[in-house]
Amino acid sequence: MEEMERDPRVCVMGEDVGHYGGSYKVTKDLAKIFGDLRVLDTPIAENSFTGMAVGAAMTGLRPVVEGMNMGFLLLAFNQISDNCGMLHYTSGGQFTIPTVIRGPGGVGRQLGAEHSQRLESYFQSIPGIQMVACSTPYNAKGLMKAAIRSENPVVLFEHVLLYNLKERIPDEEYVLSLEEAEMVRPGEHVTILTYSRMRYHVMQAAKTLVNKGYDPEVIDIRSLKPFDLYTIGNSVKKTHRVLIVEECMRTGGIGASLTAAINENFHDYLDAPIVCLSSQDVPTPYAGTLEEWTVVQPPQIVTAVEQLCQ
Amino acid sequence: MIHHCCRSSYFPREHYSVPENNRIPHLLSCNSPTRFTSRRFESIKPDKQLDYVNDNGGPQEYIDIVLSSLRSDTVKLRHAKKLQMFDLRRFMILSAVRETVLNFPGGIVKFTQELKFLSESTERIPCYRVLDDRGQLLSNNCMQIDKNIALKMYKDMVMLQTMDAIFYEAQRQGRISFYVTSIGEEAINIASAAALTIDDFVFPQYREAGVQLWRGFTLQDFADQCFGNTLDNGKGRQMPAHYGSKKHNYITVASTVGTQVLHAVGAAYSLKMEGKDACTITYFGDGGSSTGDFHAALNFAAVMEAPVILFCRNNGWAISTPVTDQFRSDGVVVRGQAYGVRSIRVDGNDALAVFNAVQVARKIAINESKPVLIEALTYRAGHHSTSDDSSKYRPIKDIEWWRLAQDPVARFRKWLEGDDWWDSQAESELREATRKEVLHAIQVAEKIEKPGLHEIFSDVYDVPPSNLSHQENSLREAVKKHQQDYPPDVPF
Repeated sequence: MEEMERDPRVCVMGEDVGHYGGSYKVTKDLAKIFGDLRVLDTPIAENSFTGMAVGAAMTGLRPVVEGMNMGFLLLAFNQISDNCGMLHYTSGGQFTIPTVIRGPGGVGRQLGAEHSQRLESYFQSIPGIQMVACSTPYNAKGLMKAAIRSENPVVLFEHVLLYNLKERIPDEEYVLSLEEAEMVRPGEHVTILTYSRMRYHVMQAAKTLVNKGYDPEVIDIRSLKPFDLYTIGNSVKKTHRVLIVEECMRTGGIGASLTAAINENFHDYLDAPIVCLSSQDVPTPYAGTLEEWTVVQPPQIVTAVEQLCQ
Repeated sequence: MIHHCCRSSYFPREHYSVPENNRIPHLLSCNSPTRFTSRRFESIKPDKQLDYVNDNGGPQEYIDIVLSSLRSDTVKLRHAKKLQMFDLRRFMILSAVRETVLNFPGGIVKFTQELKFLSESTERIPCYRVLDDRGQLLSNNCMQIDKNIALKMYKDMVMLQTMDAIFYEAQRQGRISFYVTSIGEEAINIASAAALTIDDFVFPQYREAGVQLWRGFTLQDFADQCFGNTLDNGKGRQMPAHYGSKKHNYITVASTVGTQVLHAVGAAYSLKMEGKDACTITYFGDGGSSTGDFHAALNFAAVMEAPVILFCRNNGWAISTPVTDQFRSDGVVVRGQAYGVRSIRVDGNDALAVFNAVQVARKIAINESKPVLIEALTYRAGHHSTSDDSSKYRPIKDIEWWRLAQDPVARFRKWLEGDDWWDSQAESELREATRKEVLHAIQVAEKIEKPGLHEIFSDVYDVPPSNLSHQENSLREAVKKHQQDYPPDVPF
C-alpha cells in the first residue's frame, strides 16, 4: 500500500483482488482507498491479465499481478516467459516490463495437488525475470517494495501457510535487496540453505540440533534467481558442509540448481557432498498424513545434519 | 436528477448516488452488477459517500415502463429516460403473476415457450467499402480527406510495396535471413496508420511494417533491423521484420501469435487510468483470432471498457490453413457481439474505407472508452514468409487474381488520378525514386557492422547480474582461445 501511495503508476490486477480483498486478503481494503480501476478485478484468464500487465508495463504503469494461487500462473507461462522475460531484450532495451507477479504457492494444509504447486522450479530457467521468495513479514514487505521499484519483471513467491505470521517491523520505510540472502542464524558446523516455509522447519530442527551440540548456520536464500553466491560462498568457506532444505520437487528444483552452482564455484571448500532435502517427485496428496510427509520435516533435517557432520 | 434504480436481491441493500455525468448508463434494472459498474468510471478517485436517493412514483409506473420497453428493443431498457426507485419485492410478485420475465444475474430475461436453438450460421455480415474496384467513389458519400494526407498515404503504400519486393529478393539472394511481406495488405497498413495519431500505441503482429513506415520509421531503419546491425533499435536480437520503436509508439514484434492483443488491452487500461486522449490498436490475423489470448483479450477489453481498437486482418490464410479450417463463424466480426464489443467489417483493399472505419473507431474508443473490433477482409497475396511457398497449397491463378485485380495500391491510385491529384508521370518518378532509395538502404545496411559480444548479455535485466557477468567472461575467454573460429565481422 505504501508503494501505491508513493507512485501513482502502481496498480494491482488479479481475480477477486478488489472488493473481495484477494483470496488471502493480501489486497484487502486497497480497492476502497484506490478505487477499482487501480485495483482491478479480472475475469478468470491468467494468461490474459498477465498479458495485460505486460502491455500496461510497457506503456508506463507498474502492475502487480496476483495469481490467486501460484499454480494458476502456469496458464500464464507463455506471457511470463516469452513476453515478460523477453521483451526488454528483444526490443533492444526500448521497452521495460516493470511488473511484479506474486501469489501464494507451496504446499498448504490439504489444498489438493493442483493448489499445492511450487512454481519456482518451473520458472527458474526463464531468462529476463528475477525470482524472490519471502518468508517473514519483515522480508515480505521489504522484498515487495523492492520488487515494485525494480525495472525488471520479478516473480515474488509467497507461501500459503505464512500469511498469519505476526512480527514487529520498523515504522520507517525500508527496502530490501532483491539479490541478497538473509543470515538467519550464524554457526560453524554446517550451512543450511533454505527459503520460504522450510525456513521454519529448519529453525525448529536447529533447536534440536543445538541441544545435541551442533552449531548450524542457517541462511534463507531469498533470492532464487540469481542466487546470492557471495553470502552462500562465505558460509561454505567457513563451514565446509552444505545442506539444502527446500519444498520443491527433487527433480529440476531450486535445490538442484543450487547444488550445481555451489559445486561449480566452491568445490574446493567442501568436505562432503552437498545434501539436498526436497519434496518427492509426486503430486501433493490430499490426505493430511500423506501430505505432511511429502514435505521435509524437522526430524529429517536433524538426521541429515548428523550424517553430514560425521 | 437521474436516479439509479437497481436494487437486486443479489446485492445487499445499499444507497447509491449517481453523479450527473452522462457517462453512466442509465440502468433500469440489474442489467449489470450496478454497484460495481457505477463506481468504475470514478475509479481513479477514492470511493465517494453513497447517498440515499428519494423515490417518487410507485412501482406500477415502473412496471409499465419495463414491460412496454420489453415489447420493443431490450436496448431501450438501458436508456429509459425516467427511472424511479421501486420496491423489488413487489415488482417480483407482480411479474411472477405475469411470469414473462425474471431478473437473473446479468439482467432481465424474457421467457419463451418455443424450444428453438439460435442458428449457428447467418447471412454474412456486409462489408463496408467506399471505392469500387475501379477506384470510383460509390454512392453519394462525399469523401473528406486532406489532399496531403491522401498523397502521403499513396506514396507510403508504394514505398511499402517496393520495399517488400526488394527485401524479399534480398532474402532470396541470401543477404538477409528472413522476411515477411505485406503484399495485398498495403491499404490496411497505411490507411489504418493514417487515421491514428502518434500518441496511439501500436501492438503489431508482424505484417504491419506499413504502420511504422507511416509514423516515420525510415527505409534505413527497416534495413538495419533486417540486417541486425549496430544501428538496429533491437540490437540485432530479433528476427528480421520484427521491428519495434519506442519513439514511434510501435511495440516490438514478438513471434508469439496473439499475445499482443492482450498487451494492447493492458496498455489501453493504462491509458484509461491516465485519462489520456489516446487509444491503442492491435493487429492480428484470422489465425491469431483462434488463440486463447485473443478470446481473453476481447472479453477483458469489454469488461474493462478499455479504449482499444482490435484490428483483424482476415486475409484468408494462416500459413496453409484456409479460414474454412480456422473457424466456422462468419469471420471474426460476429465475435464482437458475442463479447459485447462493437464491431464492423470493412473491405481491407479499400484504403478509404479502412481510413474511415479506423477514424470513427478511434473516436468511439476514446470518447466512450470502449473497445472496437474491426475485421478487414482481404487476401494474403504473398507467401506467409520467405520460409513458405504458398503455391503448394493454393492455386496460383487465385493468388494472381487477387494480387492484380484487387491490388489496393492500384485502386487507390485510380481514385487519386480521378481527382487529378496524381498522374502517370508522378507515378513513374515515384516508383523509380523509391526503388533507388530501397536499394541504397540495403547497400548501406549491409556494410554496417553487427552488434558486439556484450549485447548478448545486456538488456536481459536493467543491470547484468553477477551470473551473467560471469558467463560473459567465460565466453570472452573461450573466444580468445579460439579466435579463428569466431566470425570476423562481429566486434569483440
